[in-house]
Amino acid sequence: MKIFELTRADDPRQAIAAAAKANTAQQGADIRFIAGGTNLVDYMKLNVETPRQLVDVNHLPFDKIEALPDGGLSIGAVVRNSDLAYHPIVRKNYAVLSEALLSGASPQLRNMATTAGNLLQRTRCMYFRDTAMPCNKREPGSGCAAITGVNRGLAILGTSEHCIASNPSDMNVALAALEATIHISGPKGERSVTIGDFHLLPGNTPNRETVLEPGDLITHVTLPPPSPGNRSLYLKLRDRASFEFALASAAVVITADGGKITRARVALGGVGTKPWRSMEAEGELTGQSATQAVFQKAAEAALRDAKPQSQNGFKVELAKRCLVHALKLVTQTA
Amino acid sequence: MPTITETATTSPIGRQTPRIDGPFKVSGTAMYASDFNFTGLLFAVPVEATIANGKLQKLDASEAEKMPGVRAIFHRANIGKIFRSVLQPPNSGIADERRPPLADDVIRYYGQYVAIAVADTFEAAKAAADAVRATYTKDKPNVNLDLQPESEPEAVETTHGRLKRLQSERGDPDKAFASAQVKVDQTYVTPAETHNPIELQGTIAMWDGQMLTIYEESQAVFNLRSVLAQMFGLPKENVRVITKFVGSGFGSKLWPWTHCALACAAARQLGKPVKLVLSRRMMFQSVGHRPRTQQRVRLGATNEGKLVSLMQDYLNDLDILGGYHENCGESTSYFYSVPNLRVHWGRTRRNIASPTPMRGPGAVPGLFATESAMNELADQLKIDPVRLRELNEPKIDEGKGIPFSSRHYLECLQRGGERFGWANRNAEVGSMKRDGSILGWGMSGAAWIAGRFPAQASVELRDDGSARVACGTQDIGTGTYTILAQLVSDKTGVPLNKIEVVLGDTSLPPGPISGGSLVTGSIVPAVFDAADNAITSLLTVATTEPGSPFGNRTPDDLAFEAGRVFAKADGLAKGVSVSDLLRRTNMRLVTGSGKSEGTLDEKKPKVSMHSYCCHFVEVTWQPATARLHVNRVVTVIDGGRIINPLAGRNQIEGAVVMGVGMALLEHTIYDPQNGAPINSNLADYLMAVNADAPLMEVHFLDYPDTDVNPLGARGIGEIGLAGVAAAITAATYHATGVRVRELPIRIEDLLTSSILA
Repeated sequence: MKIFELTRADDPRQAIAAAAKANTAQQGADIRFIAGGTNLVDYMKLNVETPRQLVDVNHLPFDKIEALPDGGLSIGAVVRNSDLAYHPIVRKNYAVLSEALLSGASPQLRNMATTAGNLLQRTRCMYFRDTAMPCNKREPGSGCAAITGVNRGLAILGTSEHCIASNPSDMNVALAALEATIHISGPKGERSVTIGDFHLLPGNTPNRETVLEPGDLITHVTLPPPSPGNRSLYLKLRDRASFEFALASAAVVITADGGKITRARVALGGVGTKPWRSMEAEGELTGQSATQAVFQKAAEAALRDAKPQSQNGFKVELAKRCLVHALKLVTQTA
Repeated sequence: MPTITETATTSPIGRQTPRIDGPFKVSGTAMYASDFNFTGLLFAVPVEATIANGKLQKLDASEAEKMPGVRAIFHRANIGKIFRSVLQPPNSGIADERRPPLADDVIRYYGQYVAIAVADTFEAAKAAADAVRATYTKDKPNVNLDLQPESEPEAVETTHGRLKRLQSERGDPDKAFASAQVKVDQTYVTPAETHNPIELQGTIAMWDGQMLTIYEESQAVFNLRSVLAQMFGLPKENVRVITKFVGSGFGSKLWPWTHCALACAAARQLGKPVKLVLSRRMMFQSVGHRPRTQQRVRLGATNEGKLVSLMQDYLNDLDILGGYHENCGESTSYFYSVPNLRVHWGRTRRNIASPTPMRGPGAVPGLFATESAMNELADQLKIDPVRLRELNEPKIDEGKGIPFSSRHYLECLQRGGERFGWANRNAEVGSMKRDGSILGWGMSGAAWIAGRFPAQASVELRDDGSARVACGTQDIGTGTYTILAQLVSDKTGVPLNKIEVVLGDTSLPPGPISGGSLVTGSIVPAVFDAADNAITSLLTVATTEPGSPFGNRTPDDLAFEAGRVFAKADGLAKGVSVSDLLRRTNMRLVTGSGKSEGTLDEKKPKVSMHSYCCHFVEVTWQPATARLHVNRVVTVIDGGRIINPLAGRNQIEGAVVMGVGMALLEHTIYDPQNGAPINSNLADYLMAVNADAPLMEVHFLDYPDTDVNPLGARGIGEIGLAGVAAAITAATYHATGVRVRELPIRIEDLLTSSILA
């Protein structure tokens, strides 16, 4: 770990002003916000991130979960994952989010980790974590050791020839299915970005993971009102029963009427370079009966563009089974 | 005057006894090696090679040396003399990596130390280590997973002396196999595994002139002393090794590793105490691992299920320089009755660090192969796998031609089958269902060595009614502190809470290594001997010292029982307690020393001593989500007399959970490109967690094996892991129809199952 300066921001303007001086808000940022630190501190210990300044945002007034007048929900940037997971409105209206959060990490980590931190969670690609290895995400142009190496856990959707790192967050997958909006305050004012636009595909610049620019501070996340009569669910498949990242996961939000699916939102985790919303699957489901055959068609559609690597071909089948089973469970209980 | 019933205690042997060291551990007052702190303590962090094969071309420490708080960067040119240690198996000088650290510029495995940074704080040392610039000439590392035997002579040098690769042979196994009515011929693979004790390894080294003191979490303090004495050219009495508590070892702390010599050398160069604690990543690189094994097993049998031929040809990979042999054939020659048998092994060198024993070395991968083959044979024969084992139960150890000391394997099978409900098994694949899941049932047996290492101990009886027992063995979290107290309490009548146990220090009488599940069996006779000698001394005091009420007696007139000395003629009721006697004679204490010989080096053993066990396993298989879960495990252990059933059951349950991890999760992955153990952290190297643990039922048969020691106690630290994986793969086959012969079982394997719910 490199020596760094820790400053505490007491109001958002101060935080934004401090971070606006950063060289980037992406990989290699010399100034970073810190909240729970469950991810950033890890990477600092590994010298993957070497900021010279950390701006502590834990004391900013973004720790509230509030019902919105339109029936939606506002979630503060530094709300802890456990508080969010157990919040009564979340459990009642957004079960998929609660389940996703509780399927991730461990209670100790969830007590520290925050909404904004989880949005910005970095990949678990083993080559990204090791500074002795080539990695285009960590060191642009150095190459990708994962494509030719150990890639069993990595992405099959949204990859490029430069990077196949998977987004590890469970929360993000649920937010994608819930069509969340990310609210950002920055040097040029305030703006909102949908969850679908917030994360970037790796393309030629895998070091750029989000739309954030220097000084951009996530203030809160909003969820639209729950669609009437919907049921939602998060299903996560992995090698061991707990405390592991997803090999494949599915977040589904389904409204059905008399056995017919009237509205479907589907996102996959563990398989994409970003939280993977599948409008293809949603298209196959909407207006159809809730049957195994329809679920299977949706799963085929969701994985149609999958590009497996040498070790992760099984994820195509696993992700399909995951989505099919999630849809079966969520419509059974509907 | 207290009455007899108040002072007499029933023997704690065989009683469920909470660990006497437990309160220290849960209150955080137990001092592990790296918890110690000393005035002027400096901190060291090694620099790891980032290639696995090649040469260190240049080492630039100029930037690191200038950093604040940095005392020195040591490398080959300035570390000073470190001698090569002399291998003196079985009891001294043992190390799996014997090349002294920094001895040359050749890099033979990823993470090999090329320098060491020493600074005033850990943080400064880490920053300095990161700032050392090493440049290498790189060759492609060989970490190939496909093992091919290398041409080695039939007798080869190993860490444990010269061994024949033809391990056991009888009859004509080739001919018998060729003409056998039913055959199995399969190859089984187990991956490299890393021990991952929760406590990181490390050393505190301090010099006082020519005296060297080491705090290190060692499973073998006396061996470590002998190695360090040789490496630093000291008489061994000049070296003291202290290990009060060990946060598990699983074998990785059995033999010395290079970080320890580096810390000693750095402390010598600087004239200050130095602390060096490894990172979790280093724990995957340079403190050993269970090697990959590849084992061809051939079984020939009659249509009725009688074995006629058994051949096991196995390979393990190892480092470039070392001599490690994974003894996968240990149990093969005696476990089953078979007239024709051959066990043969070979090794393959790779650009990996040295393997080392990991819990149940040899037997655990070996029995995975042989027991899996037995299960496959049972399926081919369409006979119950339990019945197949019963049909091939030997009357004697056919490998050595000697009787068993105490073998109750058939009773293990019977008890286990009853407790599990094995009679309800439907052998057809995928036929058993419950709550929408498919059930798979499987079983396996296992055996493990028993015997003794040489051991010494001393026992003191004191005037305040307390006792002290000292033995230079270690408690690696298994309950040795408590066992020592139980043994002394049994002999002297001193209650457990008045017994001070001292271990883990080379200034104490030499004790056994904490390896091979042999500590308990080894220390019983030595501690009993020491207690007897303390009592003899007490009787002499009683008859000779002024103030004693027995001044007119001879020692032969006296007896000792339940903590009291009494004249045989007058009976126990008129006796005097130890504390009374010592006070009256104005003595603080009496002591006794005890000693027992080892059994493992006997040239011609008269009996074959082993522990046995079996596991019955149920898995549930959910095809819709490719989810396999180990549901319940029934284990029956024939492990001699169990001294502490509480700690014993804990050992077996821990081993079974580790077996679940072995079957489904654990493997160290070497990057094919640069040879690094790439999943070198606890998130990427998966071990079973609580949610993976099955319901467990553990039974001990509790037959004393008095050939091992007077109590009949054997060790049980390792046997519980052996066989678990073979039972799980059998259960998995029963549920899914997928036969997995290479561990761990992966979701990829299971996705090929055609069994539907």
